Amino acid sequence: MSAHEQFADDLALLALEALHGDERVAIERHLEDCPACRRELERLRGDMALLALSASGPAAPKRSRDRLLKAIAKEPRAEKTPARRSARWTLLPWLAAAVFLAIAGSFWQQSDRLSQRVAQLQEESSQQQAQLERARKVVSTLTATNAMRVTLVAAQAPPQPQGKAIYVRERSSLIFLASNMPALPAQKAYELWLIPTAGSPIPVGTFKPDARGSATVIEPTLPAGVEAKAFAITVEPEQGSATPTMPIVMMGAGE
Amino acid sequence: MAALYDRYSSLVYAIALRVLGDTGAAEDVLQEVFMQLWRKPAAFDSGRGNLGAWLGVITRNRAIDGLRKRRPETDIADVVVSVEPDMAGEAERSRAMEKVRGALGGMPAPQRSALEMAYFEGLTHTEIAAKTGEPLGTIKTRIRAGLEALRKAFEP
Repeated sequence: MSAHEQFADDLALLALEALHGDERVAIERHLEDCPACRRELERLRGDMALLALSASGPAAPKRSRDRLLKAIAKEPRAEKTPARRSARWTLLPWLAAAVFLAIAGSFWQQSDRLSQRVAQLQEESSQQQAQLERARKVVSTLTATNAMRVTLVAAQAPPQPQGKAIYVRERSSLIFLASNMPALPAQKAYELWLIPTAGSPIPVGTFKPDARGSATVIEPTLPAGVEAKAFAITVEPEQGSATPTMPIVMMGAGE
Repeated sequence: MAALYDRYSSLVYAIALRVLGDTGAAEDVLQEVFMQLWRKPAAFDSGRGNLGAWLGVITRNRAIDGLRKRRPETDIADVVVSVEPDMAGEAERSRAMEKVRGALGGMPAPQRSALEMAYFEGLTHTEIAAKTGEPLGTIKTRIRAGLEALRKAFEP
């Protein structure tokens, strides 16, 4: 612990607002000069917040929400909120002046903080824009109908049907690219299946290869966070099936 | 404000109700806590911690002030809370809640009860010592150790 051991118990009591009188004054004085103990107090308050979680019960009645919103509507947010309550400032005009200065200072600080935040957001937004642009390019290259798709295989081997599934479980995001797929009979389609580590195969989507045997399945709707053991392809009626019809024509497990 | 209310009112109300044991009084604290946030939004500085945790601490303190019929001693703008789990979402809260309950369950009974008396009943160490007949120093240490045990439950 980096805070002062001799104050540790009292810090906990202060966090709990259970310290009064001289003891409180003493520790507050110490806190003014001791960042380590201030930090410990913040952490103890964090522990209190955790303890707050152990309380649970019925939701607040609907009338509470109405009551709050009504009260807020009646009380437009004041533009100048005194930073601190002080009993003496009405008696001492110079102190009032100081308070106004402090308020002005805090507004200035706030607006400074806000403009920094705006700049930061703009920066983030332009970065995101660039990332998005890049992502768009990647996807459009992957899915372009006019793209040249080359699968390199060992020399002298006949072209083999091939599928590549790129799956990010955390985002339930999937891109699937196929090449050299044999043409299908009428009213039939290929269907891609996600084989989870547990449970039955999940239909990912149907696809039909183009004249050159290429096809894609991009970002289909998938249940969240499913861990995939493998992907498989079957031939199904055009509208797809809920369970795969044997045989499996292609299959691959994660690398 | 309505959005904040919808997100955090269940947390605030649960704490107030647990401390006060009275739905009317708990509703008053709920109202008061959100009105304070409305009137003094600058009191909570998002750079200094998460709002759920901050509201949790403010609510508990206001409820205890109400229970003990005393004036607040700490300005809400001076309450800085530092805590790991984010309490913005219901799912995160219920995960954290499980951990807190586990940590409470794992505490020796005297430690847990000292902590709960101090936290939910707002008793001072002196009052707890008088109630349990145990030395003041023991009670102080139990309260602190209890809070630290909660923290440890969230350490990786």
